[in-house]
Amino acid sequence: MSNSTDKSSPIPPLLSAGGPATSSPAALTGNSPWQRFRRDRTALFGLVILTLIITAIIIGPWIYTVPNNFIDFSQASQPPTWDHPFGTNDLGQDQLARVLSGGRISLAVGLAAMTVAMSLGVAVGAIAGFYGGWIDGLLMRVTDLFLSLPQLPLLLLVLYLFRDPVRAIAGPELGTFTLVTGVIGGLNWMSVARLVRANFLSLRERRFVVAAQSMGASPRRIIWNHLLPNTLAPVIVAATLSVGTAIITESTLSFLGLGFPPDSPTWGRMLYDAQNYLDSAPHMALFPGLVIFLTVLSLNYLGDGLRDALDPNG
Amino acid sequence: MPTYLLRRTLTALPTLAIISVIIFLVLALTPGDPMSEFANNPAISEEVRANIRRVLGLDQPIPVRYVKWAWAFVRGDMGYSFTSRSPVVDLIVQRLPTTLWIVGTAYILSALLALPLGIISALKRYSIVDQGITTLAFMGISLPPFFTGLLLIIIFSVKLGWLPFIYDSTLSVTNWQSFMQQLRQSMMPIAVLVLFQTAVLMRYIRSSLVEELPQNYVRTAYAKGLSQFIVIWRHILRNALIPVVTLVALDIPTVFTGALITEQVFRVPGIGALLIDSILRNDTPVVMAIAFIYAILVVVFNLLADLLYVILDPRVQLNR
Repeated sequence: MSNSTDKSSPIPPLLSAGGPATSSPAALTGNSPWQRFRRDRTALFGLVILTLIITAIIIGPWIYTVPNNFIDFSQASQPPTWDHPFGTNDLGQDQLARVLSGGRISLAVGLAAMTVAMSLGVAVGAIAGFYGGWIDGLLMRVTDLFLSLPQLPLLLLVLYLFRDPVRAIAGPELGTFTLVTGVIGGLNWMSVARLVRANFLSLRERRFVVAAQSMGASPRRIIWNHLLPNTLAPVIVAATLSVGTAIITESTLSFLGLGFPPDSPTWGRMLYDAQNYLDSAPHMALFPGLVIFLTVLSLNYLGDGLRDALDPNG
Repeated sequence: MPTYLLRRTLTALPTLAIISVIIFLVLALTPGDPMSEFANNPAISEEVRANIRRVLGLDQPIPVRYVKWAWAFVRGDMGYSFTSRSPVVDLIVQRLPTTLWIVGTAYILSALLALPLGIISALKRYSIVDQGITTLAFMGISLPPFFTGLLLIIIFSVKLGWLPFIYDSTLSVTNWQSFMQQLRQSMMPIAVLVLFQTAVLMRYIRSSLVEELPQNYVRTAYAKGLSQFIVIWRHILRNALIPVVTLVALDIPTVFTGALITEQVFRVPGIGALLIDSILRNDTPVVMAIAFIYAILVVVFNLLADLLYVILDPRVQLNR
């Protein structure tokens, strides 16, 4: 058997002898997800830029030790110089330090909101798709209802109305963080729920699931070991893209003055502060805006590349 | 078809009712007091405040207030604004033309731009032109509208001084000169919306066309000797635009809420600006009315999308 496959293979075995992964038939034709991804230049660009931004945000504050909250009115609204590579704001605070520390909050919000949205979406979609019947009907009604809610107005409303009570309970930073991630995640799970449900519905009829069922596997085991792993690819893509959406939403809220308090400089908050100094200090808007743009752009490229790599037919 | 239409419309009504309850509850259950406007006013005593509460009906239980509000809304009465003391309907009608002008112009322009761009991009797939257009589209959807807005202000108002900074709502178009002025001040808000919308639409059109191009009927049409223009215009677009039309219908409410940010950046006095102002002032009746109008828009356009899909695509089965 192995002889015949070697003969029919167009590539001499010597060239592909590099371990078990490369000798699989998919690798011979260069079609494993990772190989497809590596050929996608824009996806790689996204990955590189994103890695750079994340590294800068995590390691940056240790290397660039200028404090982000030191007020110095003699240095107010300075354009970029060697001392302050991104310039200073109206209070003379260093903008680079603020972009770095604000990035931690913005990215944390993006990741946390994504986690909330994905957990909710996968849970709802899995239950609806696996059990079907009235549970499915009910959950899909709820999903449709959430899709019909006016998202941005509701976000603004909930944030404005519940901001102070939640802050009183959990403190200004943690309170806002919980509320913002909870609300963004709580309004973004619907597409994932539909996606997971649709996948479960078609997978449920497949032979390997029927086989597992007839062998007496519990619903829990079937969902975790058989259905979910086969739905992972589109969920990963949706998760990547939703981080970008969450970052934009958080910046929007902060930009409208309804997000984080002024002393925790998220990227959106910095733009909110910058809009009154556009004529005297345009750099105040330029750098935070560029970082949001680059982060979201690379997340979108990455998500798109992952989609092409994981699902060659899609 | 008529039964489908009826059933679909009937399921939309409970959705709207539940959404209105949700919005009402969010507003009614919050600790924010609409009377806080008067709290710092020494001329208004505790009794007067209690009187105002009673006149506004705020002392009644929540279900009673909801039923009263809903019944009034159905009859077109949205109540009175707490802060400006004028009917909410008047406030909305006053702001609506500005929003419609900006959003409408932007949507028409982006449709006109996105259609040719999407077609070219799909036909010349993977060429340099296609890569250029798709890259621009990616940038368009990744640029947050508030940043694009600030960027345009920095370039065209601050650096070049060509366009006005802030939208002047008192301007009335009477002659050519004032029309040009209106155009100049609307240019940047419209541009921000067009950039984003064109990117979204173009991606829809491109992917929809790419799916149609390898179909057999396209090959048949070419084999008959039809020109490329005819094949695209008469054969491909008819099929490719079906999903696009549905997506556009689903998209329109988001365009309205998205314009909220643009209005805020350029200080355009539209519906979105009214909503944000009212939220910040605890003006519950106005917030409630606008939020619910957005909800109606979403539900109505969802309904429209479903109906359009059935009308445009005879292959869709209704017997489920």
